[in-house]
Amino acid sequence: MAAKKQGRLAAAVADHSRGWSLFARKRDKLEAAAGRSLGRDAWRRLQANKAAMASIAVLVLIVIAVIIGPWLSPNNYFSQDYNQIWTPPTLAHGHIFGTDSVGRDLFVRTMIGGRISLLVGIVATIVSLLIGVAYGATAGFAGGRVDGLMMRTVDILYALPFMFFVILLVVFFGQNLFLMFAAIGAVSWLDMARIVRGQTLTIKQQPYIEAARMAGASGPAIVIRHVVPNLLGLVIVYVTLTIPQVILFGSFLSYLGLGVQEPLTSWGALINDGTGEMGRAPWLLFIPSLFLAVTLFCFNFIGDGLRDALDPKDR
Amino acid sequence: MLLEIKNLNVGFSTPDGEIKAVRGLDLALERGEALGIVGESGSGKSQSVLALMGLLAANARVSGSAKLAGQGSQKDGQKDGQKDGQKDGQNGAIELIGADARTLRRVRGARIAMIFQDPMTALNPHLRVATQMVETLRAHRGLRRRAAMKTAIEMLEAVRIPDASRRIKYYPHQFSGGMRQRVMIAMALSCEPELLIADEPTTALDVTVQDEILELIAELRRRTHTALLLITHDLGVVAGTCDRALVMRDGGCVERGPVERIFEAPETDYTRTLLAAVPRLDG
Repeated sequence: MAAKKQGRLAAAVADHSRGWSLFARKRDKLEAAAGRSLGRDAWRRLQANKAAMASIAVLVLIVIAVIIGPWLSPNNYFSQDYNQIWTPPTLAHGHIFGTDSVGRDLFVRTMIGGRISLLVGIVATIVSLLIGVAYGATAGFAGGRVDGLMMRTVDILYALPFMFFVILLVVFFGQNLFLMFAAIGAVSWLDMARIVRGQTLTIKQQPYIEAARMAGASGPAIVIRHVVPNLLGLVIVYVTLTIPQVILFGSFLSYLGLGVQEPLTSWGALINDGTGEMGRAPWLLFIPSLFLAVTLFCFNFIGDGLRDALDPKDR
Repeated sequence: MLLEIKNLNVGFSTPDGEIKAVRGLDLALERGEALGIVGESGSGKSQSVLALMGLLAANARVSGSAKLAGQGSQKDGQKDGQKDGQKDGQNGAIELIGADARTLRRVRGARIAMIFQDPMTALNPHLRVATQMVETLRAHRGLRRRAAMKTAIEMLEAVRIPDASRRIKYYPHQFSGGMRQRVMIAMALSCEPELLIADEPTTALDVTVQDEILELIAELRRRTHTALLLITHDLGVVAGTCDRALVMRDGGCVERGPVERIFEAPETDYTRTLLAAVPRLDG
């Protein structure tokens, strides 16, 4: 009895000391990782956010599916098969998402549409990011009359009716993908410029900017070295929120018939086709909608998570 | 004479009219000398120094003169003005008030360095301390990356940051307040400036750390023979660090002289009031 008790005690002590050594090793490792950057801190905090991590996982799956999906399927996105029209989702014939009114395989079309939608989202966001950050940071840092002139220009561009602008572009240049990138990018940088400019005004007041000036740094050097890096947190969050917005916008354009041309497709175009046949073939509406909605949710959750993770109050 | 300020005026045009922050301030500073500028909040002590550096707000109006002596005269008085092809004035002195951006950039950091009040915010939180120090050194002293890194580590060691070669890779948020102020001092002194301006360097720190920082500044100054302009509202700080003091009120100079004289025999009522306001242990 006593021996048993002693054995348990010894085990407990062993457990305890093992715990300690684990802790010590972990601590040493943390200490050894000299220069814990804010980015790494943020990543650790993001990992604790279950919704964001799940969203990242789902999004990665969608991206992989969209990239390799069309190769894995025996079908392609443009071949019509009049013996197989309006086939509901089935494992037979490999049409796992069913077929549309002219017998094209919906699985491959959804994946191809996903490629286009994600591409539009990412390219247009990068365009808006580059223009918006450069423009906003310049305006905010320059201040005074330059700032006023630059931001009033943004206000004027903002006031232009966007749909009208896009319809004009399509009428003049015809429908193509690059036009869509350009049109969406040209509009969404306005928001980015405003946000970046506002944040730059705050950063400009920070003592480290004055300190940099005092150390003899020039204006452009301060913007590149001190303002832009400190904008990053905000910009990353805004980018993750811009991508779904832009995807939605691209889908909206496709829905109106201003986006990509048949037989190429996008999620918006697929949803548009699907609404017409909702009664007869509901899968044509629901499956592309599901992909679009899940993707948008993921981006929004990631954006939310990043915003919490990068919150300066936690530093 | 390292720095000579004559009839410096600083005003701010606001919607409610012009506000005079500094009125006709005269000031002279010898090489290696430490001058304390004391005054209550709003007496214009910070603004006069910021005017010197061209760091005032956009609505500021500055007049007067602030001459920084030519660089050559530090070691050899004879060769003044000929070596660097300095164009302005005699002795290659540089007029700081109204100087163009390029001239100011060459002076800032390299010849006049500054320590700010709040060490928590005066370092860029997104850059490693190493990056910030190395960039300054490369820009002003033309050092190569490796040499700059070595100098930076030596400077951190000089301000007694333990394990400097590892800590230099840290980000500012990994340092405590006192350590950050040491880093600021190391950065300020790394380019071997002739004049160090300290704008209330200890206000944001707690008392024990204040003492360490002041001692550190004094020691480094003795070693490098750097002149010091110390701005503070704390007479105790001046007493411990400075050779001479200048008391400011409402943008003008009230009294000036050696520190001992000001403490033992203040000439004006205002200085006496300031002295009386210092809390004492013996009541």
